[in-house]
Amino acid sequence: MPLRAKVASSVSRTAAALSRAAGRGDGSVIGGWIGLKIDPDLLAHLAAGRAIALVSGTNGKTTTTRLAAAAVGVLGRVATNSFGANMPTGHTSALAKAGSTPYAVLEVDEHYLAQVLEATEPHVVALLNLSRDQLDRAKEVAMMAQLWRAALVRHPDVRVVANADDPMVVWAASPPPSHDHRANPPHVTWFSAGQRWHDDSWVCPECGSTIQRSGEQWWCTGCPLRRPQPQWTVEDDGVLDPTGAWHKVALQLPGKVNLGNAATALAVAAEFGVRPVDAVSRLASVTSVAGRYAQVEKEGRLIRLLLAKNPASWLEAFDMADQAPTLLSINARDPDGLDTSWLFDVDFAPLRGRQLLITGDRAYDLAVRLDVNEVAFQHVRTFAEAIRAVPPGRLEVIANYTAFQDIRAELDRVN
Amino acid sequence: MSTESLRIVWVYPDLLSTYGDRGNALILARRARQRGLPVEVLEVRSDQRLPSAADIYLIGGGEDGPQALGAQRLTADGGLHRAVAQGSVVFGVCAGYQLLGTSFFAKGSKYAGLELIDISSDRGETRAVGELAGDIDPRLGLPPLSGFENHGGRTHLGPGVSPLARVTTGIGNDGATEGAWRGKLLGTYSHGPALARNPALADLLLRWATGMHQLPAIDDTWADRLRSERRAAVAAVRP
Repeated sequence: MPLRAKVASSVSRTAAALSRAAGRGDGSVIGGWIGLKIDPDLLAHLAAGRAIALVSGTNGKTTTTRLAAAAVGVLGRVATNSFGANMPTGHTSALAKAGSTPYAVLEVDEHYLAQVLEATEPHVVALLNLSRDQLDRAKEVAMMAQLWRAALVRHPDVRVVANADDPMVVWAASPPPSHDHRANPPHVTWFSAGQRWHDDSWVCPECGSTIQRSGEQWWCTGCPLRRPQPQWTVEDDGVLDPTGAWHKVALQLPGKVNLGNAATALAVAAEFGVRPVDAVSRLASVTSVAGRYAQVEKEGRLIRLLLAKNPASWLEAFDMADQAPTLLSINARDPDGLDTSWLFDVDFAPLRGRQLLITGDRAYDLAVRLDVNEVAFQHVRTFAEAIRAVPPGRLEVIANYTAFQDIRAELDRVN
Repeated sequence: MSTESLRIVWVYPDLLSTYGDRGNALILARRARQRGLPVEVLEVRSDQRLPSAADIYLIGGGEDGPQALGAQRLTADGGLHRAVAQGSVVFGVCAGYQLLGTSFFAKGSKYAGLELIDISSDRGETRAVGELAGDIDPRLGLPPLSGFENHGGRTHLGPGVSPLARVTTGIGNDGATEGAWRGKLLGTYSHGPALARNPALADLLLRWATGMHQLPAIDDTWADRLRSERRAAVAAVRP
């Protein structure tokens, strides 16, 4: 590592430690920010010599990154940004803090994938899904798929692990026709993690025709784009690998969606030569992910926190939540997106028939939505009031980003 | 009403549904049912024929490509034009509002609209993103408009059409007026589930469709609270 990078890396670690000591955060962003100021190529220097996997997508990337890091851990030490600090500053901090490791698994914000591909020259990139997320700020779905595709075309040697169930991802991972003449087409391993959310992929990103679906299959009615045959799939409570062997997956994390994340993690690890049979038991070591799925006991209530930040992840949260009293909390601050229109993209009917409480800055937007959805609810002003309103036992909490952070703070948890 | 039940068509949800646009169909259907009116909601995709005998047509927002494609297919189909000629109600939101006019801009080019109302749209210098509020044309007898806008367009109204509202917060058409209406056609930049915050506007569309001068009152506690909470939030940041 050049001297400038060494200095930058050391200062970065110090700043992160100071930030933590001062109680100003977990240091996962500030350290990287200072390091990159001193040496703009610091991320590339820190990445050099490591075998790296990048994990990107709208949903599930934090969890999949944790699971993939656990699986790759079979081979040796793995650096990872496990706090969900998923932009280049966070990657820089994570690698500087980890010191020298043979492997790294990094979660990447979907907007930064091209930049981080450039800087880290990864061995493999996992592409999970693309759906609408904070549309008043984020790039629209088709545009994001286009950015991914262009980035992958510039890096033909990187191996790709991609979701066969998401037409946008399949299109992004498939090279455009003008690149087909290359001697070695990109190496793509397809997994099937299911896609509960279809509303962003009715129009073919290649030709604009309608995409048809039947069961798990999908195909474009106007061009050859269609669901590729996945090599990794979820079956019952386990994962089928490309050889056809089935591995039972015992996770501490709830829901079918996390089984899909486990399949993805095993597929990523396999790209490093990890056999699923060796990795599968390590997946059970992942319990909570940056506070998500964490269970906390308070006043006799066993509270479980689920983060849901866009329509697709709300559907998944309903699948994960037990039939128990449930609190929904909605904010619309900057990190959440200022627009609450997406509430009408979610069908809340699965919550009918349970005790349902709502709170948050934008509880009234949610109230109107639930009223139209004919889902009964009760509005509470504070989290404390919510706890008092439910009987002792399980309380499921589903919240969007800042609402989730507020509740974590209230539960006095720092992960 | 055309038949024994109120028929609501959600036009091209595969193309024109970006921001919870489904909400407007759900809200109209619910408010009609609460008044004892039987309702049928049809979702008509862009590869299907658009029926011309429905009572209310909803056209939502969309990205540039789908907006241009939607306008093209609606013109080729002709169903919406026949419906308007027969007196059906049309509610257009954002991209769906723009394409009711003579022309709009998408992907850097000018596209022909449906020419159902006398408006034309081009690109503004900045994107309009944020709360949108305004005082609605007094002839419509509605409380102030409350919404959220997210668009890059600016819309110019011809002599044959009236603005829906005078802007008090946000941009709307051009910073002064917002939306447009003529006959039973109404468009707004208040995007996505615009009717969630404007139940009286939903009822106006239902009254137009049914010919009823008055609809029985229903409990709008939550919508009223949402409206006053949004009004306070807008007032708090207004300079």
